Amino acid sequence: MQENVLLQMRQIEKSFPGVRALGGVDFTLRKGEIHALMGENGAGKSTLIKILTGVYHMDSGEVRVEGEKVSIHSPQDAQNKGISTVYQEITLCPNITVAENMFIGREKGIWINHKEREKRADEILGKLGIPARAKQQLGSCSLAVQQMVAIARAVDMQCKVLILDEPTSSLDDKEVKMLFDLMRDLKSRGVGIIFVTHFLEQVYEVSDRITVLRNGELVGEYLTEELPQVELVSKMIGKELEELSSMGEGDDKNAEAGEIFYEAEGLSSSETYPFNFNIRKGEVNGFTGLLGSGRSESVRAIFGADKVGGGSVKIKGKPVKITKPIDAMKNGIGYLAEDRKRDGIIAELSVRENIILALQVMNGMFKPISRSEAEAFADEYIKVLNIKTASRETPVGSLSGGNQQKVILARWLLTHPDYLILDEPTRGIDVGTKLEIQKLVLKLAEEGVSVTFISSEVEEMLRTCSRLIVMRDKHIVGELKGSDLNQTQVMKTIAGGEA
Amino acid sequence: MKNGKRNIFKGGLGQLTIPIVSICLLLLFNLIKGLITKDLSFFSIELVRNNFGNMVLSGNLISIINGASELAVLAMGMTLVTAACGGQDISVGAAAAIAGSMFVKVVKTGSSISGMKVLLAFLAACMIACLFAAFNGTLVAVFKIQPMIATLILYTCGRSIAYWINGGATPTVSSPIISGIGSFIPGVPIPTPVIIVVVMAIIFKLVFHFTSIELFTQSVGINGSAARLNGINSTFIKLLSFIILGVCVAVAGTIGVSRLGLINHETLLLDVEMDTILAVAIGGNSLGGGKFKISGSIIGAYVIQTLTITLYAMKVSSTDVKAFKAIVIIILVVIGSPVVKTWFGKFVGKYFKKNKQLAVKGAE
Amino acid sequence: MENSKIRKREPLTDTQLLMTITIGIFITMYAVAMIALQGGFLHAQQIFDMLNDNAPLIIVSCALTIVMIGGGIDISVGAVTSLTVMACVLYLNNGGNILVSVLLAIGIGLAFGLVQGFLISYLEIQPFIVTLAGLFFARGMTTILSVNPQKAEHAAFNKLREVQFVIPWLGYTARNGNVVPARIELGVLVAILCVVLVFIMLRYMKLGRNFYALGGNQQSALMLGINVKRTRFMSYILSGLLSGISGYVFMLHTGAGNATNAAGMEMNAIASSIIGGTLLTGGVGNVIGTFFGTLTLTTIKKIVVSSGLNDPWWQSITTGGMLCFFIILQSVVLSRRAKKKSA
Repeated sequence: MQENVLLQMRQIEKSFPGVRALGGVDFTLRKGEIHALMGENGAGKSTLIKILTGVYHMDSGEVRVEGEKVSIHSPQDAQNKGISTVYQEITLCPNITVAENMFIGREKGIWINHKEREKRADEILGKLGIPARAKQQLGSCSLAVQQMVAIARAVDMQCKVLILDEPTSSLDDKEVKMLFDLMRDLKSRGVGIIFVTHFLEQVYEVSDRITVLRNGELVGEYLTEELPQVELVSKMIGKELEELSSMGEGDDKNAEAGEIFYEAEGLSSSETYPFNFNIRKGEVNGFTGLLGSGRSESVRAIFGADKVGGGSVKIKGKPVKITKPIDAMKNGIGYLAEDRKRDGIIAELSVRENIILALQVMNGMFKPISRSEAEAFADEYIKVLNIKTASRETPVGSLSGGNQQKVILARWLLTHPDYLILDEPTRGIDVGTKLEIQKLVLKLAEEGVSVTFISSEVEEMLRTCSRLIVMRDKHIVGELKGSDLNQTQVMKTIAGGEA
Repeated sequence: MKNGKRNIFKGGLGQLTIPIVSICLLLLFNLIKGLITKDLSFFSIELVRNNFGNMVLSGNLISIINGASELAVLAMGMTLVTAACGGQDISVGAAAAIAGSMFVKVVKTGSSISGMKVLLAFLAACMIACLFAAFNGTLVAVFKIQPMIATLILYTCGRSIAYWINGGATPTVSSPIISGIGSFIPGVPIPTPVIIVVVMAIIFKLVFHFTSIELFTQSVGINGSAARLNGINSTFIKLLSFIILGVCVAVAGTIGVSRLGLINHETLLLDVEMDTILAVAIGGNSLGGGKFKISGSIIGAYVIQTLTITLYAMKVSSTDVKAFKAIVIIILVVIGSPVVKTWFGKFVGKYFKKNKQLAVKGAE
Repeated sequence: MENSKIRKREPLTDTQLLMTITIGIFITMYAVAMIALQGGFLHAQQIFDMLNDNAPLIIVSCALTIVMIGGGIDISVGAVTSLTVMACVLYLNNGGNILVSVLLAIGIGLAFGLVQGFLISYLEIQPFIVTLAGLFFARGMTTILSVNPQKAEHAAFNKLREVQFVIPWLGYTARNGNVVPARIELGVLVAILCVVLVFIMLRYMKLGRNFYALGGNQQSALMLGINVKRTRFMSYILSGLLSGISGYVFMLHTGAGNATNAAGMEMNAIASSIIGGTLLTGGVGNVIGTFFGTLTLTTIKKIVVSSGLNDPWWQSITTGGMLCFFIILQSVVLSRRAKKKSA
């Protein structure tokens, strides 16, 4: 057993200002195994990976490779110690050839022997069964093949530990199969693979062992065949099954709401398959599913945030066309995006400017909100939502995550939407603020606003939603309401029905 | 902590600190030099009678303010383009030559030069400048080409187009109206270009007051993705910023032509694009786009002109000025470089570490 | 899909595709000019003249190509060329030595490359601003050295200037019956040597391939283990070096220093690189393409003149149109690549 251990991480701790990302996590990887690292947002898996690859430095703990204690300072350092990583976003250069991508940056000397390089590259590609040619420009390969080239590079660098960080999220079924074949091949050569993914089925298809993290703590290490899918989900989300069943859920929330406000049939965007969806006036419903299941993409399609594919949309029974965000806004829809930093805040602008932005856009360019009016709005919402900021002129980027989120909420509330889409409004913010936001959602519904709520925490959704649309692998796989609305049922549906 | 640091560095003026401090330093330098040499003529302003018999203001300070007019007008427009697109238009000089040529062409049609015709000529200049600006804007906003490269096209051929408009001549225009625009209006002692700059600045202020262009432009420049999800049409905003720059170019071209009373496509506002970009940078605006202050760019324009005139006053020839300007630019950008700031921060951090720890203890 | 995998020949890379387009356009254009305009276009000397006149431009275009492949820009090249000419002429006229004058030219170029490269790579200041300052500084220094044109009056140097390679069989018979042999100046050989060396560097040296990786994706280049800062630094040093050499070649051609020498050369060099298929965003390009880009640019100007568009503005207007065409072409190629990626 002991000599079989390739990599051992013990009592890894890592804190960022104000957050404890990892609190004493252990992780063990053996030779020739595929080890899935699972956890929801904020569980700490990416922090753990980044410590292993030298992007972050741990506060305390130790890392041993083949029993030898090592300290990793940089990605280069990690590679030299036999730890290679292939990221979801390809970290190769698309403008040069496959062979060059495999060898650049790791050869000594001044000159390049292209012939020899290409010969070797073709050999390796052939050995691993990767359908790429050495002389091909990398950018002309499909994403899956590019990823495999990155793996080939790692293999040729004599890597012992291969980390695959969400490698399958942009691949189709056929490509995933090719990748898995490659992974099994590497496994048989004794490489230890750490597989990070959010696709449950893939975990069961390819992995031997699973380590689950939650909130920066180790939940446990399991053999894949001994851990049923439902149990895995509950371990990731954080409720034991028995406990779940005994919990009373499904008190009648606003199930009997008013007439249908929004209705979509066969709606699709460049990122989703066609789906049907509706919401009533004053209803709170939610899209649930694991990260990457297509829940965010679906609401983005509703808001017209991605290129619209097709389908028909009715608002209050009248057909409307929503092809870009402004169309949705004019129809009374507001959308709080999942990625607050990238799609939400305008960091360098003040709290005031951020709050009035959406309303200003709806008013149009020639009806500016006067300074005094804007200040009044800002002050009002700073008070109502209890936003903690030095002043309304503070740049929003300098606020804490929770307060930034409240500013964006204020932005949409100010437009007095009929229908508000909140994608992960509670991610990465403190518990108090989470509760405040949940209460706010319910209060809005009482006032007749329809709300679609997305959260990684099922508990939170059960508390607020009267109907849950469950998604898995980009498809809607179920709709739960009434008595079905409990954690056990949700997890069963997410995991795939069989208990 | 961070706020405290920011206050030390930027004072109460925020973004305007650098341009204001630089202009003060330049004036101080001249003052000290004046005191040492006992010659304060640099600062003297007097009323003199000019060739046309008007009482007008004259002196080094006046010529700084007057001479920077075109630059200030262009800097206003350039600030918007920079903010929205995160890049700069290097064709402003060439475009101004085109606008100036158009202005002269329209003025020269027919025999007499009336006020109406000058206005018409200016509108024609505006039209053609906006047309070319729209061309640049389309390349940038629709084809997503970097602004500097997209405007390289007009930079290459703009002055030739200007030459073409006037059929290969460098015609002169002389009329009291034109010289009124370029130098002084009878009875007004302030140079007209200065008045135009003030008017333009007021127009910008009003436009920002009565529309939300400022907010939208900054949003597009800082975070294009978020701006889009909030319903802002970023293509339109970028195009608009170029059109506004087009108007500024027409105004600058008109001033330039009127000042000399002739259009010379080769020399009109030569190298002004470089100075304009510099004015925007000195004004504390990020050349990568985002938050901006027009007032900063205007002061930046005056900083550059003050520097130039100061160097002239030191008997540096007009051709050599560039070398000194380059040194000043490098000093400014090196001070502003994030890397240098971090180094400096570390240095300051080490030096004051003890004090800080004491302060923290005291606070506890 | 499956078929394409079996196909024997590799599809062209972006670099090859853009280069092929340029060479194709150049040959077509020249052929059309030979048929339609005849005259000088039928003589080999036409091409040699273009090379004789534009040897410095070819060299600085190589410099720009290197920098642009690395994802940067250098607009100081023309001004450095001009400064080099002035400095070398003054040095020679004050009784200098030819060998030292060559070293002086290279030294000036390297000095600019070093300082600009340091500011851009290690202090992370925008390349446009730094090289703009470099342009101002070099132009200012040129006039500080001398406002008036300076003719080289150094006997040995003027001998060197006279060196020409004569190829009689490529000559033509002038109207008066004299046979005029084809002539190539020394500078052209230097320029072609530069093109060849830069080609070898970009193709067969690790450094050259690192430029491509840097321009392709800086973040990836870092992850692939390339020293990004040093690579970028090197690109500006090479650019400075080539500008210095270009200055010496310029001097060989004109034999005089003048403050207005090489005015606007930086923009012509950028245009040549773009026309030659160097992508503005970096990572794609080739000096052979750039060489033909320069020829295309000069041919267009010659054609404009020969076809009777004598008005002085037509040259730059056609250059602008040409540039516009190639920039939009690149934009299309880029978006095609992006689409492929997302599909």
